Amino acid sequence: MPHESTPVPLHTRRTHFDPADDLRRLAADGPVTRVSLAPGAGGEPLWLVTGHEEVRRVLGDHTRFSTRRRFGSREPAGGDGERPDEGVGLLMDYDPPEHTRLRKMLTPEFTVRRMRRLQPRIENIVAERLDAMERAGHPADLAELFASAIPGPVLCELIGVPRDDRDDFLRRCHAHLATGRGRQERTAAGSAFTRYLAALVARQRKNPDDGFLGMLVRDHGGDFTDKELRGICILLMLAGLDNISGMLGLGALALLENPDQLALVRDDPAALDRAVEELLRYLSVPHAPTPRTAVEDITLGGRLIRAGDTVVCSIPLANRDPHLTAEPDRLDLTREPVPHVAFGHGIHHCIGAALARMELRIAYTALLRRFPGLRLAVPAQDVAFRVRSTAYGVERLPVTW
Amino acid sequence: MEVHVDRGRCAGSGLCMSYVPAVFDQSEDDGKVLLKAARPEPGTAAAVRGAAARCPAGAITLSGGDAHGR
Repeated sequence: MPHESTPVPLHTRRTHFDPADDLRRLAADGPVTRVSLAPGAGGEPLWLVTGHEEVRRVLGDHTRFSTRRRFGSREPAGGDGERPDEGVGLLMDYDPPEHTRLRKMLTPEFTVRRMRRLQPRIENIVAERLDAMERAGHPADLAELFASAIPGPVLCELIGVPRDDRDDFLRRCHAHLATGRGRQERTAAGSAFTRYLAALVARQRKNPDDGFLGMLVRDHGGDFTDKELRGICILLMLAGLDNISGMLGLGALALLENPDQLALVRDDPAALDRAVEELLRYLSVPHAPTPRTAVEDITLGGRLIRAGDTVVCSIPLANRDPHLTAEPDRLDLTREPVPHVAFGHGIHHCIGAALARMELRIAYTALLRRFPGLRLAVPAQDVAFRVRSTAYGVERLPVTW
Repeated sequence: MEVHVDRGRCAGSGLCMSYVPAVFDQSEDDGKVLLKAARPEPGTAAAVRGAAARCPAGAITLSGGDAHGR
């Protein structure tokens, strides 16, 4: 967790729903710029890609833009240094052919049909959270009781964590993730998380059920190491907690600030698919996917990127590129869906996108149905945003109904 | 319009199937795209163009009349 006094990295700066002005000024200079993301704090200069077309080119070209982290300081991009235990199974840090091997086995577990089977369970989880919010009475903090309370239990359903274990599992998971990726030191709760996952994997190996882990073990048992299965569970938690809580909280705020658009979604469930796509584009909660390393010299957006250079793609700026859609800074829930990059692009495109879309659809619908009179309990400018996280979101969102 | 899918590129998002179920399907075996109609009804052309544009892997290409819209 970065210290409070360190400056917020440039590419993560926002003003309310928008990319911050200093970030926008960069994008105005061209689709690819050389910058330091932590100016004055010793941040190395790198390439920030802000154009939609250029971002798609980088993310779509895994042979020239590697995501494999360099595990030793002298190792070249795409090198073969030994992956530390903490990094095993985290697919976003893998290049083909290692990436292909793992992703190929995981993809069938995340099909649209497979995810639809989780629908009734997600509806139950959402209903329970709304019950709790209703019991707590208003004003209530929607960030705590709704946005942050839904993704964890949904991931437990997906992975197959028994109901009685969930609270402990999620508490330990938060402790584990808070210590940061690739770090050696772990808190006791963080280590307990890895141990729990190891036990869960062992149980599924012995007695596979119909859940995600059980299916993986049944279909490909011998092709995964235990370490990889644990890592894949951690990957799902990393990808599915902050991104979804960010979308749920910010999405609710965006709807509350636009009552005419909120009414549209509440009264016409068929309009919701389109609305979810527009919220994904407009809010762009993940600041950036895994940084890429150029493996050869490449000209992009008129700039020469040298082999070994680091390339960071800005999701919020790419999704607000006027070449992508007209009036990109306007939230329009009826907008014809566009090829936004909120889930990334190319071989690392979010494997859980179908689950995320369904989860958001279910949660927004149920929230608006349960509380037709939902409104902010504070002026919009007093809402606290979550700025130090891999995904943007609200810190607190006091609402009443 | 003729639709081509590159299963080698497909990232398995299932977006095309959600978008135009009459033309695209998602395999239960490998999670990748299955083409149900290589020459879709003219009425679906706009939706098919949308699915091709939104494909996160660039795995859908179109050729022939209607391929580029309006």
